[in-house]
Amino acid sequence: MSVAQTVSIPIEEQPGAKGMVVASLSGVTKRYDDVCALNNVNLNVRSGELLALLGPNGAGKTTAIKLLLGLAKPTSGTSRIFGGDPRDPVTRLRIGAMLQVAKVPETLRVREHIDLFSSYYPNPLPRKETLAQGDIADIQERKFGDLSGGQKQRVLFALALCGDPDVIFLDEPTVGLDVEARRILWQEIRKLVARGKTILLTTHYLQEADELADRVVVINKGNVIAEGTPAEIKSRTAGRKIRCMTRLANEAVRALPGVVDVRQDREAIEIQASDAEAVLRELFTLDAHLSGLEVTRAGLEDAFIALTQEDNNLAGARR
Amino acid sequence: MATVSTTPGIRRSPNQTLVLYLKEMKYEFLKNLRIPRYSASVIVLPLMFYVLFGLFMGRQTIGNTSTAAYLIATYGTFGVLGASLFGTAASLASERGLGWIQVKKASPMPPFAYFAAKFFMGMMFSFIVVSLLLVLGLAFGGVRMPFQNMVQLVGSLVAGSIPFCAMGLAVGYFMGPNSAPAVINLIYLPMSFGSGLWVPFQFLPKVVKQIALYLPPYHLAQLALRAIGFDGNEANWTHWKVLIGFTLLCLGVARFGFQKDEEKMYG
Repeated sequence: MSVAQTVSIPIEEQPGAKGMVVASLSGVTKRYDDVCALNNVNLNVRSGELLALLGPNGAGKTTAIKLLLGLAKPTSGTSRIFGGDPRDPVTRLRIGAMLQVAKVPETLRVREHIDLFSSYYPNPLPRKETLAQGDIADIQERKFGDLSGGQKQRVLFALALCGDPDVIFLDEPTVGLDVEARRILWQEIRKLVARGKTILLTTHYLQEADELADRVVVINKGNVIAEGTPAEIKSRTAGRKIRCMTRLANEAVRALPGVVDVRQDREAIEIQASDAEAVLRELFTLDAHLSGLEVTRAGLEDAFIALTQEDNNLAGARR
Repeated sequence: MATVSTTPGIRRSPNQTLVLYLKEMKYEFLKNLRIPRYSASVIVLPLMFYVLFGLFMGRQTIGNTSTAAYLIATYGTFGVLGASLFGTAASLASERGLGWIQVKKASPMPPFAYFAAKFFMGMMFSFIVVSLLLVLGLAFGGVRMPFQNMVQLVGSLVAGSIPFCAMGLAVGYFMGPNSAPAVINLIYLPMSFGSGLWVPFQFLPKVVKQIALYLPPYHLAQLALRAIGFDGNEANWTHWKVLIGFTLLCLGVARFGFQKDEEKMYG
């Protein structure tokens, strides 16, 4: 669906249909004093999708979430949710948010926090279901201050979904979780998507975006530098990575057709190849003693590093 | 294009809104009750003062009342001050400074519920302190007064919590999470002394007496003393006017702080 189409759709009708824009930043710039946290960012979150906002720390991810939630005002541009002002109280009835917070009231029990937040919404989930989805049934009687870091994250996650909202914002939901806890939370996030929820998630874990997201928007230093499905993002860097030990000089390898980049890695070299098969044929012809061969798909991580480095270099060049 | 469904008209029913407010108040109260540093100090301190000075040395009279009865009113005012100021200022400053208020703002909680809960909490603690003082006085201080006076005493002091909750909000909007309690102490201890809450007004140095007229707790103490039958110089209405004016002033300052915060985040 094209952007032009979604823009013309009447506000009231947007959220119901799959694939419509439910939350958007249009040409948003946000400055804090001298710091430009976001620079002319366009972002559309579509109904029923999980959009991952991926970027290193300080890239502007949290700022984007705060703008969408109406907790911060754009310096220029507009932030819209369900086509309206994010500060509209009626809008907030359909939104859940998990934010990074330094201190949550510590003397209330988990059950009580859930009870209070559930009361904010007209049609909240039954308490049992909220506890199950946050995987916190076993700690519901504990006071928030007595929880571990991972448990606290899970409670905040449960607070975001207890009202059964249509759109859920998750700001770095798995930060501080161990591998096992992260997997459990991923499962719960997938279940939310399966139930038709729209989710915007920020993360600096590439694997997380890769595992969960329908679409990824990569931001760096306040600029959107790439946007697409995880597969598309990966293909933005040369398709595969070849690692081998060879007698050929790096320069010679670099000159082969289909090679994007060559890097020395201890005794081996790593070749980023857009056409791995062609490069391999050449390598075998030129070096009969080639050994230690490994061919891997470039992960999202490689793509991400390549993209942010490229962007940083460009920024350097602009200066 | 996918079929378009209209937005269901979702909103809270009036009943749900009522429940929301009640829960906000209940949990605000519980939250603070479970902080011993807060609940113990605001309740125990006035009671301790009362036992020491009101019960052990309470056989004399001040004006037309016994010291034991007189001190219920003044330590009651002192208790109301502590309960109202600390609860609101400390929790607001902490929630503002450490991000919790952002989670609340992003949620569909009506902002008014947040403030209503803080006032309710201050009033509840005030009610507890004043009731305990009264019980101590009745049980051990030989205090006798008509039931109607007791109701008036408790009622005046609990209503008198409102100006100081407002003041707490005003302070909470301009202090960081760590400095708020210290600043409150700096305000509240001298103000209590100057208003004749520790040493009966009649025994205060002349200079302090003149200053007291400008201190809101003095006026609340006068209302409490009136309630137990102590003769005053001014009509009750005069004291109420001062307290209402002070409340409006503090609410104005708090509102300014609220807008300053909104602009910082949303400006």
